[in-house]
Amino acid sequence: MYAAIEAVRQGAASVLLLDRSLIGRGGATVMAQMTVAAAVGPGDDWRHHLADTLTAGRGLCDPALAALLCEVGAECILEMDRWKVGWARAGNGFASVQAPGHDRARCVYVDFLSTGPAVSKALRAQVQRVGDAIRRVGEVLVTDLVVQDGRVTGAVALHVASGAALTVAAPATIIATGGLTRLYARNSASANMSGDGYALALRAGATLLDMEFVQFFPIGHLAPRLIGMDPIMWDPFRYKLGGRLLNGAMQEFVGRWGGDAENGTYSTTRDLATYAITKEVEAGRGSPSGGAWLSFTHVPAAELRAAFGPVIDRLAANGIDLTRDCIEVSPIAHYHMGGVRVDTAMRTDVPGLLCAGEAVGGANGANRLSGNAITEALAFGRLAGAEAARQVAEGAPAFDVAAARPALALLAAEGPAVNTAALVARLQHIMAADVGPFRTAEGLARAAAALATLRAEVGEDPPGTPGLAHDLARQDWLDLRQMLLVAESVVVAATARTESRGAHQREDFPEMSAAWERNLPLRLRAGVPELA
Amino acid sequence: MPTTTLHIRRGGPGEAPRHDVFELAFEPGESVLDALRRLRVTDDPTLAFRYACLNANACKECMMLLDGKVVYACTARLEARDMRLDPLPNKTLLRDLATVIAPPDERLD
Repeated sequence: MYAAIEAVRQGAASVLLLDRSLIGRGGATVMAQMTVAAAVGPGDDWRHHLADTLTAGRGLCDPALAALLCEVGAECILEMDRWKVGWARAGNGFASVQAPGHDRARCVYVDFLSTGPAVSKALRAQVQRVGDAIRRVGEVLVTDLVVQDGRVTGAVALHVASGAALTVAAPATIIATGGLTRLYARNSASANMSGDGYALALRAGATLLDMEFVQFFPIGHLAPRLIGMDPIMWDPFRYKLGGRLLNGAMQEFVGRWGGDAENGTYSTTRDLATYAITKEVEAGRGSPSGGAWLSFTHVPAAELRAAFGPVIDRLAANGIDLTRDCIEVSPIAHYHMGGVRVDTAMRTDVPGLLCAGEAVGGANGANRLSGNAITEALAFGRLAGAEAARQVAEGAPAFDVAAARPALALLAAEGPAVNTAALVARLQHIMAADVGPFRTAEGLARAAAALATLRAEVGEDPPGTPGLAHDLARQDWLDLRQMLLVAESVVVAATARTESRGAHQREDFPEMSAAWERNLPLRLRAGVPELA
Repeated sequence: MPTTTLHIRRGGPGEAPRHDVFELAFEPGESVLDALRRLRVTDDPTLAFRYACLNANACKECMMLLDGKVVYACTARLEARDMRLDPLPNKTLLRDLATVIAPPDERLD
């Protein structure tokens, strides 16, 4: 949405904003209930934020992209304030918290659990204020980009609500589809984050980077069953109140696995906390559901109420009383550091194709700093929108429907009935079992073989007949086509990187290696993702 | 584990409405959305309903009728009894439990 707003501001007369779900209600932003990192506080500077981002990235950040994230991101946060997003205030400035990995309080927020939804809502309102130059169409699932003479000229898409096939002509196209969390059954984003953008870019001839780096959020909610809430909601309260992570025997354990003793603060980075919880469970000291306990029982009831606000009541509706009950948490797929390779104008290797947000690879290296995801979405959206407007002004070749024919043929195909929902679940199981935060050569080979078997079962054509409204079985097939390619890309890159760094931990190569302080580019060759 | 019996309205516009009956065991605390997603995997991948977020009540897409009352499927809990699910009555039916809820100016037509 930021890209669309900026494109119009930079002179684009006609922007088409497509979303596979309802606009501004799917994806990751609306699920991001936490905080946004930006150097907007007194005495802070985007260079300090950059230093922390580069440190968290373990040597793999593209410094130019990371700098744009921090510098342009801060400008976007201020602009969002003018768009009335409602950042919480303290004194004359924004209220902020210090999240792990930051050298100071730098993470602004809106209120309790509403930061992401407020960002989405403010952007939606701003898009509407821009007016007719941005045409918004929801429920459009882009299945392929159209490439003519090596340039992207548009897209082919499924209109979910009617089942009709669509073609879209565009002199410039921006991928802003987010990450790949749907590859994992336990994930903290929306169900529509299937890695679409990565697959679209690969098929169009673009290069992906660092696909092995999937960030697992250490304290995703595990038990008891909690509904109507974000599974990563516990995190901001851990910052504020110093929630204690305990093993099945109610002992602190993070220090045992290389983390600092927390001493009532929340100072462990995400990759270390994920490692500590997983290892403690493997050692047979997990909580009953296979995670760790998170306890706020040492915090007085009044302080809990002050910090959690109305969330306390929502928890009570779920039967949870934090003065008495601990809850169980375990790592959950949260974000993907890798993505499409771009330059500082968000241009991919393919003319006419740009990328923004989480779909961009390289800015966050091997591990993303807490709070950088929304900042990145805003900053890279703004940059991509400006560049797209510039490219449109330059002119582009006319869309030729002949180039769209293979993609349209796929949408018209009628394949045999197959339980695509079960196949999606199987893919998620394969990835969780062997391509989670901890990998081995043996496990990755097992995953590669299982994905090959799955690919054969998925077949060449979507099941059933085209043209049916809201056909989830066929839609899952189209998603599987993309998810398989993206899952294979993660496995190829994770197999190649024989070291442990940030979010990619190889149990058979536990050390970080200076020789591996480089990015892993990946391209499609004859339909197969290969290291470039 | 307790068992629920879901009576789910099936079919698209112009088709004779019918309710398919599914029995399934559930873990106490699970939502109606949990059950619908599981049924697609175990029984019928063509079962149509709307959702984008996962039980976070963030996308607000999963509105439907439970025993005649409008609920979010992600916050309505399963119970060990007969439960009837129907699409929103005041919206255009797409299929099964899915209706047209996009704002008019964000539709293709």
